[in-house]
Amino acid sequence: MDHKTEILQGTLDLLILKTIALEPLHGWAIGQRIQQISKDVLQVQQGSLYPALHRLEHRGLVKSDWGPSENNRRAKFYSLTKAGRKQLETERATWERLSTAIAQILETA
Amino acid sequence: MQWLSAIVNSFRSLLARRREEQALSEEVEFHIQRQLEQNLSAGMPPDEARYAALRAFGSSAAVREETRDAWGLRSFDVWRQDLRYGIRMLGKNPSLAAIAILTLALGISANTALFSIVNGVLLNPLPLPQPDQLVTLHESKPNFQTGAIPYLNFLDWQSQNRTFSSMALAKGFAFSFTGLGEPEQLRGLWVTASFFGTFQVAPVLGRDFTPSDDQAGAAPVVMISAGLWKRKFGGARDVLGKTMTLDGRNFTIVGVVPETFDLRVWNDQASAVYAPMRQWGHPGLQNRLAALGLHGIGRIKPGVTLEQAKADLERIAANLAAAYPDANRGTTANVVPLKQSIVGDVRPFLLVLLGAVGLVLLIACVNVANLLLARSTSRTREFAIRAALGAGRRRVIRQLLTESVLLAMAGGALGLLLAWWGTQAGLAALPTALPRASEIRLDGRVLIFVAAISLLSGILFGLAPALKTSRAQLHDLLKEGGRGSSAARHRAQGTLVVVEVALALVLLAGAGLMLRTLAQLWKVDPGFDSRNVLAFGLSFPPSLMKASPAAVRGYVRDLDEKMKSTPGVQSVSLSWGAFPMLAEDDWTFWLDGQPKPQSESEMDWALHYVVEPDYLRLMRIPLERGRFFTNQDDERSPYVVVVDDVLASKFFPNQDPIGRRIRLNGDDRPAVIIGVVGHVKQWGLDSDDQNTLRAQLYESLRQHDDGAMTILPTVGAGVAVRTAGGPGGMIDPLRHSLHQLNAEQVVYNFETMDQIISESLAARRFSMILLGAFAALALLLASVGIYGVTSYLVGQRTQEIGIRVALGAQRRDVLRLVLSDGVRMTLIGVTMGILAAFGLTRFLARYSLLFGVSATDPLTFAGVALLLAAVALAACYIPARRALRVDPIVALRYE
Repeated sequence: MDHKTEILQGTLDLLILKTIALEPLHGWAIGQRIQQISKDVLQVQQGSLYPALHRLEHRGLVKSDWGPSENNRRAKFYSLTKAGRKQLETERATWERLSTAIAQILETA
Repeated sequence: MQWLSAIVNSFRSLLARRREEQALSEEVEFHIQRQLEQNLSAGMPPDEARYAALRAFGSSAAVREETRDAWGLRSFDVWRQDLRYGIRMLGKNPSLAAIAILTLALGISANTALFSIVNGVLLNPLPLPQPDQLVTLHESKPNFQTGAIPYLNFLDWQSQNRTFSSMALAKGFAFSFTGLGEPEQLRGLWVTASFFGTFQVAPVLGRDFTPSDDQAGAAPVVMISAGLWKRKFGGARDVLGKTMTLDGRNFTIVGVVPETFDLRVWNDQASAVYAPMRQWGHPGLQNRLAALGLHGIGRIKPGVTLEQAKADLERIAANLAAAYPDANRGTTANVVPLKQSIVGDVRPFLLVLLGAVGLVLLIACVNVANLLLARSTSRTREFAIRAALGAGRRRVIRQLLTESVLLAMAGGALGLLLAWWGTQAGLAALPTALPRASEIRLDGRVLIFVAAISLLSGILFGLAPALKTSRAQLHDLLKEGGRGSSAARHRAQGTLVVVEVALALVLLAGAGLMLRTLAQLWKVDPGFDSRNVLAFGLSFPPSLMKASPAAVRGYVRDLDEKMKSTPGVQSVSLSWGAFPMLAEDDWTFWLDGQPKPQSESEMDWALHYVVEPDYLRLMRIPLERGRFFTNQDDERSPYVVVVDDVLASKFFPNQDPIGRRIRLNGDDRPAVIIGVVGHVKQWGLDSDDQNTLRAQLYESLRQHDDGAMTILPTVGAGVAVRTAGGPGGMIDPLRHSLHQLNAEQVVYNFETMDQIISESLAARRFSMILLGAFAALALLLASVGIYGVTSYLVGQRTQEIGIRVALGAQRRDVLRLVLSDGVRMTLIGVTMGILAAFGLTRFLARYSLLFGVSATDPLTFAGVALLLAAVALAACYIPARRALRVDPIVALRYE
């Protein structure tokens, strides 16, 4: 049980970092964006976004600013820090190695 | 660097907690609102839209909880919870908390006090710039590693060395200061010009000495201590340029030395005046044979090791030995770190004491662990319920450790106060037992030490009860109805008592051995009778500085007469050179009829006493053969000497030394031995036997030649007086008589011979008193521990005892039942303690802290074992008596 969450969590971190790499987004928009881009394959449990975001912020990978949202309310926008950008690159590379390896095994074995 | 950012953010979250909580709420609200809007625009009815938004988000409380975790506050929250709970639990049982805190405070304060001493004396660097570069310099001779340096040799060392940035020479001296109020004696140093420069100490006022001040024919100048400046000159800035009269000569004050410069390497008191070496004008300064008690100080260049510096000086010394074989053959150089020169002697004492005081704290911890174990009985239910509610084992241990660390911290805080007060009081009572005593204070390192030992002891005494409590099976606990797994706990408590009895025995054995050592030392015959003998120093009046030899001889006779005619004075002798346990002087000689040895180092050495005829009778040194000096042995009569039995048996084995001749180095006349006297323990009661230089040689002051008589007024002399009654009361009458003889006559440093002997044992007595105090504390704690456990067991067995009494058990049976546990624990503890002490007291012997008693002295061991057993049994007996009073009816009804 614990094990599974951890893997999911790691993946969620990667997805969040990638999603906000282009422009600052608030929490709800991040969830929407992941859902849209993955064509509804990935359903993010909305509540679990926030612990993940705060953890990333705590580690200094993400920073946040309050600003007006698209519906003109005060919302907290998350963006990547320099360290976060670096982290995104390493996690992305790790992920690609991993998925290639798994794909290879699945094809040949 | 992510961890750093995490720590910083944790703190920030902690400080801005409320604001962060609000921000999180707003963020969550916004999210749900946004989802609601989307649901509405997708055409959902408002109620359903709201419900769907909430469902999609999940439990908002759980999200918040989990997010807070991300801030790194969770462990802090738990800790705060534990702490609050712990304080409440301690408050529930205040007497237990008080006993535990007090016990720990005693242990921690003793450790803190001792550590602050060790810190101030051994660990802290000397309060001088770059103190690690400072060393004392010595000329080492075959029989003495740390000898004085002849001035001319020093000048060569100074000019030829490559490893020192600076070096200087100093000579302790007593100046008589006249012309400003009462004449008084000032401690001072003759120093070479580079003295303060070597220490890198700058004057607070005026200037340092320059090389031109330390030249023959230079105007006499002096630097004074800040203390003297304030005391005698009111701290006025115009003190510069004023003159002060020292030994009848006018010196111009050029500088004031900072108050912080309080160096006591060559004087046991701080110096008040400093004057250039060449102003001393001692003829011996131009003689490579005369060391004159000149001690060197040096600052090693940065990056140069002690060994390199030593090798450098040894090279120069070897060259000097080749160039001046008469004076320097066989001598070389030695370098000792300054700190070691100052504190070397007390190091072993302090380390042993630090070990001993650690044992006291260990016993205190064991006691508190026992208390907590006993209490854990009443808390088994509490923890069973917590466990039933899902508390893990780690969580329980954590709670219990929080409580014990809390206790330890309270004990540490109280202990710090006790230590601060105790150290002040102790140092005030024993001011001379320690070097650098004025530097002992509570600094950051001591505070860290207190915090560390408090934390450590909290974990130490908390761990056993915590593990024990947490291990208890939930199921069993609830089944036993709260009485807990009592058998296991009894075993743990018994073990702890055994441990503390053993530790107490080790300390008692150490203290016992030190006590026996002191007792043995007091029994040692010093070779003279110290009772009713007063010793003091005497500086001649300035008017005699350039007097004729005949005038000096006349003045010496007047001194003798005047002192002898003082009521209460029985006999008087001036003393030059060595004096038992107080002053040291040696001389070289060879046997008459043999060729004069090539160099001084090939001659024979003897301790050299120059005294007057009354000396032998005064000190009550036994005359073994021949006669001692009389008034007829003067400058016109044949040259005679007296030797001690050590010299006699070493150089004239199986012969009668009376009538034999020896030749003293530097004197053309052969000296005839006229008497043999008993050996005097010059080097102290404890170490005289081990010293290589023990032969003793006496000369009569009156036989000294005219040259010596002109030097006498410039260097002063010692005086010994035998009094009819208590010598302390004779100080003022003597001072008065001498003042009558000459108003400018200065006398100083009155000490009774008993005091001198007692001071020679000061470091031992200091450590004996402390070790004894620690042992007493250990004994007290151990007996409290035994008492506590025994009374606890009696309480547990009240019912059993009641049944036994009801069934006809006699008082004796009940007593045996209760005492047997205590006796068993005590006996095992004492046995283990003896074994441990056998191992540990060897350290006392290794640091040569023992004298006349072996490290495993059976008498001491048996004595302390009996003492401990008796106290332990007494501690058991009190609860046992309570057991005797158990009323069977009450005991049975109680269930």
